[in-house]
Amino acid sequence: MKINDTLPLEYRTEENSNKILGFWLFLGAEIALFSTLFAVYFTLWNRTGNGPTGKDIFEVSGVIWETLLLLTSSFTCGLGIHAMRLNLKKPMMIFFGITLLMGLGFLGIEITEFVNYVHEGATMQTSAFLSSLFILLGTHGLHVTMGILWGSSILIQVNREGFTDATANKSFIFSLYWHFLDVVWIFIFSFVYLKGLM
Amino acid sequence: MKKKRLLLSLIFISIVMLLSGCDSKLAVLNPKGPVAKTQANTIIFSILMMAFVLIVVYILYIIMLTKYRASKTSDDYEPPHIEGNKWLELTWTAIPVIIVAILSVVTVQTTYAVEKVPAGYEDQKPLVIYASSSDWKWHFSYPEEGIETVNYVNIPTNRPVEFRLYSYGPITSFWVPQLGGQKYAMTDMITKLNLVAEHEGSYLGKNANFSGKGFAKMEFEVQAQSPGDYTKWVNDVKQTAPKLTEQEFNTLLKTDFVGRKSYSSTHLGFAPPPEGDMAGHQHGGDSKTEKDSGSENMDHMNHDMSGMDMSGSSSMEHGH
Amino acid sequence: MKWDEFFVTGEPMIYGADISIVLVSLAIIIGLTYFKKWGYLWREWLTTVDHKRIGVMYIISALLMLFRGGVDALLMRTQLATPDSKFLDAQHYNEIFTTHGVVMILFMAMPFIIGMMNVVVPLQIGARDVAFPRLNAVSFWLFFSGAMLFNLSFVIGGSPDAGWSAYFPLASNEFSPTVGMNYYSLALQISGIGTLLTGVNFIVTILKMRAPGMKLMRMPMFTWSVLITNVIILFAFPVLTVALALMMFDRLFGTQFFTMANGGMDMLWANLFWVWGHPEVYIVVLPAFGIFSDVISTFSKRNLYGYKSMVVSMVAISFLSFLVWAHHFYTMGTGAMVNSFFSITTMAIAVPTGVKIFNWLFTLRKGKISFTSPMLYAMAFIPIFTFGGVTGVMLAMASADYQYHNTMFLVAHFHYVLIPGTVFGVVAGMHYWFPKMFGFRLNERLAKWAFWLIVVGFNTAFMPLFFLGLDGMTRRTYTYSAATGYGPLNMVATIGAFVCAIGFVVLCYNFYYSFRHSPRDENGDPWDARTLEWSTPSPVPAYNFAKMPIVNSQDAFWYSKKQKVPLYEDGPYEEIHMPSNSGQPVILGIIMFFLGFFLVFSWFIPAIIAGIGVVIMLAVRSFERDHGYHISAKEIAATEQKLRGDTV
Repeated sequence: MKINDTLPLEYRTEENSNKILGFWLFLGAEIALFSTLFAVYFTLWNRTGNGPTGKDIFEVSGVIWETLLLLTSSFTCGLGIHAMRLNLKKPMMIFFGITLLMGLGFLGIEITEFVNYVHEGATMQTSAFLSSLFILLGTHGLHVTMGILWGSSILIQVNREGFTDATANKSFIFSLYWHFLDVVWIFIFSFVYLKGLM
Repeated sequence: MKKKRLLLSLIFISIVMLLSGCDSKLAVLNPKGPVAKTQANTIIFSILMMAFVLIVVYILYIIMLTKYRASKTSDDYEPPHIEGNKWLELTWTAIPVIIVAILSVVTVQTTYAVEKVPAGYEDQKPLVIYASSSDWKWHFSYPEEGIETVNYVNIPTNRPVEFRLYSYGPITSFWVPQLGGQKYAMTDMITKLNLVAEHEGSYLGKNANFSGKGFAKMEFEVQAQSPGDYTKWVNDVKQTAPKLTEQEFNTLLKTDFVGRKSYSSTHLGFAPPPEGDMAGHQHGGDSKTEKDSGSENMDHMNHDMSGMDMSGSSSMEHGH
Repeated sequence: MKWDEFFVTGEPMIYGADISIVLVSLAIIIGLTYFKKWGYLWREWLTTVDHKRIGVMYIISALLMLFRGGVDALLMRTQLATPDSKFLDAQHYNEIFTTHGVVMILFMAMPFIIGMMNVVVPLQIGARDVAFPRLNAVSFWLFFSGAMLFNLSFVIGGSPDAGWSAYFPLASNEFSPTVGMNYYSLALQISGIGTLLTGVNFIVTILKMRAPGMKLMRMPMFTWSVLITNVIILFAFPVLTVALALMMFDRLFGTQFFTMANGGMDMLWANLFWVWGHPEVYIVVLPAFGIFSDVISTFSKRNLYGYKSMVVSMVAISFLSFLVWAHHFYTMGTGAMVNSFFSITTMAIAVPTGVKIFNWLFTLRKGKISFTSPMLYAMAFIPIFTFGGVTGVMLAMASADYQYHNTMFLVAHFHYVLIPGTVFGVVAGMHYWFPKMFGFRLNERLAKWAFWLIVVGFNTAFMPLFFLGLDGMTRRTYTYSAATGYGPLNMVATIGAFVCAIGFVVLCYNFYYSFRHSPRDENGDPWDARTLEWSTPSPVPAYNFAKMPIVNSQDAFWYSKKQKVPLYEDGPYEEIHMPSNSGQPVILGIIMFFLGFFLVFSWFIPAIIAGIGVVIMLAVRSFERDHGYHISAKEIAATEQKLRGDTV
């Protein structure tokens, strides 16, 4: 096993640095995936059939809260990795914990939002616009959910083992994923909500 | 090996000769109107260009395989290491670029040409015919004449015909090989196909795009008649054929195979085609349907506005 | 759902399939039990993470699917041989051409190509395995469960029947009410995820795991083609993932993406499908180009001519492949301007492809050509593929395409590129690397018989279709009347198809024959070849390379042979770290199979349970600490001694 001690812990073994490159490539595929979903949304967004338009259903306050939570969580996630580089186990776990809690908060608001839409008669089945909206938001939401599950399992592992090649690598890759979800959200916020409200 | 390749190129050359022969029997290369003629000429031209490419490749191929086989070289022959040759490689990049450029010019010109009313016919008022497909038949509505036919369509010769295509179900493709290339018919928009028949006769038309079980049987006859005969036929239909009621039309839509039919009124009134404000499924809401009356492309239609709601036709309804 | 809807009933052919499936399964189970091979199968194959074995499993699956897709093809050709034939009815015919297309592209061509990549790429770059061996096994089992799920539709629930391109609204519940299209969306989704993971895995492998000294521009052309292909996979497959997900939501949950009301847009499907579908064509053909490059170079005894322009042309093709999708529906009515744009981009692909053809021809020049079976396929490829290519340029011209679209001309064209391109490519590769995989060569005499039957049969089968197309015969037509005059040419095509099929039977019989009779390969380099994989003994030991090869040029192994310089460092063997086998990938595959199956029938409670199973498997993997195992230097020395004699 080749080990290069000059690199940060998460990059040190050859296998781990391969994993990081592999994950970047995977994020490339994720970009293609979300780009396709955005393309679908932009194609269908004014095809509202008999259903409501974005303007009719979007609520500003919830979206602002979602954005705040996710942006802050991305920041705390970065702080967590910084703490890991400084080999501070407890602060790292606290920052990651905050990140995951904020992710949960985000999910909570998003689910409430979906429930409200459905109560207003705006379901996935109502129109092509709503189908594409629910799928775009839902795919992002599903990613956040998976992220929370994944992050929690990493927290347990860091707690058990401390910072090892394996846990440092996992934590770092998780942080890449979480930042990516944040970027996707910024696009959703700008091109779905802001554009829809205008 | 060698003989087979030679044989192949011989076969190919004879194919090209066969195709470019003027009295070809193949439908696409036996055009009866200007659109199909443009396309046939484009095809012949591209075949000749490609034949040139093939001949160059095949000659090189035969040379290489005959000259450099192991059985022809001495045992101690050691093939040289050759990286490549800048000029040769540039040559076989540049020549294809030129060929593609020539073909591109031809393609762009002819593509614009076949989309428009054919040259020489621009001054005439086109005959508008709505051709709509449903499983598994074609409905032809003549808005000006106020008649409708199923599975056959009569047109006058030497007059541009504008087919407006749409579908009551799966995507279909309206194709009359001897008059011109095909175009899709879809549910939520109209596509237009301009054709002219220059010779009287009966031409086979079909749906070219797979649309389910009855697809293979979805053929129709295009009868190109002299203008006099055509007018006579229109009057005949007007006087002898029954009216197309909404109920009758819905029965037609639901029946798989109906054979030929003629009617002295069209379905365009009670089931308007997806054009203008009706396109893109924007027609569902009540507020939107009402302002359709002003739509300019319905000027030759004489229809009842109260029947605008598409839910009248069963196959447009959705089972959700 | 009633049982008679669940099982496909009322058809002698289906009952035959039912019985044969049960009999074959029973035979396998009894055979494994009788010969006490369960443990062997589990330990050595099902749980393996060795790229060579995974590659072999891919290739075996691909051959099985080739059989399935080939039978579909023969049924279609039999139906079309005569006018007004009653052999198949419309519904059957529709199902058969749909499954033929899906199986051949996604479950035959793809796994064959990926199998070749698996076996060859790590050996060509001097690596001990791929970057992520466990993920590689996951890829395989996802592909395999997708393929099995798709084939299950034949006997349970009904096959998909809306064409492999599955255009909406035809593929919607309204016009395709059986669960067939559900199978389509889920089976392709599952195997598609596997393919995407393969993409990530091989890019990392090729970028990071090359032997010392092997710069990118020293890689064998096959490895280059695989790298480029996997980049295409990485960006094209997510589009398929989305398209299939939307299809699934439309069919299972009543969304309105592609519907005929409430704003749905049927042509959105066609766009998404072909944004993936056209790059997909290059995904299956570029690695074949790579195989031909290696084969032609080896059997001309010459280095590949124009190496750099070969690489550049493949990059150009991969880039252009994303800009041509609308040529699949010029007839949609998007107007002359859009069509002109896509015509030009499509024709532009002819330029880099032409460069490759000429480079291959000039690789032959001044060579010393020997016509072995892999070389025969490569030599048949050049003229036939060129013919297919130029008809592609003809199809690219939008105005003319209005006349070719949806006709037999198109069918002839894409078989003329996919069969000489992909199929000849993988068959050439299989003959070429067979001794590397199994330690003996395929019998040349039988291989040549198979070759001539396939080539003659293929041309006889597809050449007539060009003329039928120009005469107005549409594709996917289950029958035609005698009055059309299509009869004689169709009969010729059918005869050709059967000749071709006999060729494939001979090809497969050759496996058995050669297994029994071929002499075992002694030195690991039976073709006097050029690249690193031939420097290993055959069959290759689990660790591939006992010592890391040193690479100073292209075709390093060739020059080490010619110039008598050693390929490996001197010195003692060192112990090698190996990844452990794992049952998790196959279990994950089985769970995914059931998840897909439950969703096909909208059984949501079991589906949710299976979904939880998937999450549990991910968690198990996350908590696992697998440190692999080590092969000791002593053991390596013994193995090498046994495999190579005492030459090293």
